[in-house]
Amino acid sequence: MKCQYCERTATLHITELTDGQVKELHLCKEHAHEYLSQADAGVPQPTSSASSLAHHLTVGNTAEDLARLDQKVCPICGISFYEFRNSGRLGCPNDYTCFQQELEGLLLNIHGETSHVGKLPGRGATDLAEHTRLIQMRRQLKEAVSEEDYELASKLRDEIRDLRSEFREGRPTESEPKAKKPRKRQAPRPKPPADEGSQD
Amino acid sequence: MCVGEYNSGRLSDPVTLPKRYQFRADDLEPRFGFFPRTNAVDISDLAQSSGEWLRGGGPESDIVISSRIRLARNLAEYPFVNQAGPAERHEIESTLEQAITGIRKPKLEYFSVDDFSSLDRQFLVERQLISREHAEGEGARGVAIDASERISLMVNEEDHLRIQVMHSGLDLDAAWKEIDKIDNEIERHVTYAFDQRLGYLTACPTNAGTGMRVSVMLHLPAVALTEQVEKIFRSLQKINVAVRGLYGEGSQPAGDFYQISNQITLGRDEANLIGTVADVVPTIIQYERKARAYLQEEKREVLHDRISRAYGILRNAQTITSEETMHYLSRVRMGINMGLIKDLQIPTVNELFIYTQPAHLQKMSGSEMNSANRNIERARYLRDNLNGGEAPSGNGGDLI
Repeated sequence: MKCQYCERTATLHITELTDGQVKELHLCKEHAHEYLSQADAGVPQPTSSASSLAHHLTVGNTAEDLARLDQKVCPICGISFYEFRNSGRLGCPNDYTCFQQELEGLLLNIHGETSHVGKLPGRGATDLAEHTRLIQMRRQLKEAVSEEDYELASKLRDEIRDLRSEFREGRPTESEPKAKKPRKRQAPRPKPPADEGSQD
Repeated sequence: MCVGEYNSGRLSDPVTLPKRYQFRADDLEPRFGFFPRTNAVDISDLAQSSGEWLRGGGPESDIVISSRIRLARNLAEYPFVNQAGPAERHEIESTLEQAITGIRKPKLEYFSVDDFSSLDRQFLVERQLISREHAEGEGARGVAIDASERISLMVNEEDHLRIQVMHSGLDLDAAWKEIDKIDNEIERHVTYAFDQRLGYLTACPTNAGTGMRVSVMLHLPAVALTEQVEKIFRSLQKINVAVRGLYGEGSQPAGDFYQISNQITLGRDEANLIGTVADVVPTIIQYERKARAYLQEEKREVLHDRISRAYGILRNAQTITSEETMHYLSRVRMGINMGLIKDLQIPTVNELFIYTQPAHLQKMSGSEMNSANRNIERARYLRDNLNGGEAPSGNGGDLI
């Protein structure tokens, strides 16, 4: 029997159950390895692998819609929605804000819910945008260095350093009273979509 | 996930363990202690035991091998691992290494995965301490392990941090308590990427929310023999519980080990997710017990024959593959649990499943071996540990 992805002989035969459907896979050594390496060490992979993620996303969208969605780029880490769709991996925490509309349906599809319930970080939620700004600044720093704009680079380096130490100083006082017991809470109300443009 | 002799031909790298992790055959203490006792105090802790979850204790441990919980976490101020450049990966690693090694209890030993040889990385995969992805990845990445090997933390795998706690038998609540505490300890030193609405943010949206994967590893030889696996899996799918063979070639996973785990991570709290998985375990245990009772009552001779043959082969084979070993060990394990084999203990068999895998065999014998030599070594190892037959006298190489 041939591997279903190439001309080599299939040496590995997998039966997967996805959404109640039995899926037979016949793979050569290399494709089998690729397939299996998507999994955690022994921990079952959720059935929504990168490829089925992409499938979820294409459902209900016309080609033009998709082309338009694909071009959207996160101002913080610089990945496009197309890159996410291809790899199944987001580029930074801000992508959840930047691609919020696009991800909403996907999250609903995977989890049946779009609001977190459960553990909160000990010190409560911090201002995520404050922190992800560092991702953007490091990226700008890299660019400044490669463009030999050393004045800008050193300015950015100082800003990054200051911001990081600001976070560090804020930490102990913030965390001491709260760190001990993680609190549970009910499903929060969805917050209004953040203004993505303001960060660029 | 492990596929028979998956690593054959990939072991050309010399064995270059970091000193503190170096293995010598005479370090084996007791039989399976891989970590030298001579070094720093924390390392000697590692030598105390090897894979506590393997010892086969814990509730329902004849069928439930282990309970595992994994949390995915990311630092708010860095891009996810796949978008991070080399400098950022190093910063992420050192930030997390500091946070991890700062934990007083449990004491965790941190290792850079890149410092390991491919054989050692393979060894850690077989030991279920790191993922295959992590072993084969590139760039700055690490793993922290506690002395009992219950806890492992992967740095710069798919997410910045993956915390894993594994307990023997069905013991999810204890695993949760332990992992929750470690998570809190680390979080005192770092700011996690957390969103008011979506919870913990992860590189893949399938893990967002709690970032938690709960899994229970089950040994279901009778369910497999009576061909009921698919039926059970289909009903689990309906309630969003995923099933996967642990080791597998062919449609029936080698060794009949199955992992069940939650698919959903968002919109339910941790206790609820643990409940989703824990609630189905008794039902599956029931299935397995019923199937065993059926075999014992209706197919006694056939069953006894298969188990005895399996035991016979493992005790006498002169060369044996990894897959064949798992297949027969599974039957022997069932035979012990059903009282058909009386001179062997479950922990011994549990260990044999792990120690007959390629990297373990090579590390125990102290040399790298090709697939054919591993098969000979594996057979020898099995005979030694199962009080089996002798190697052929004279020159065994003249057989063919």
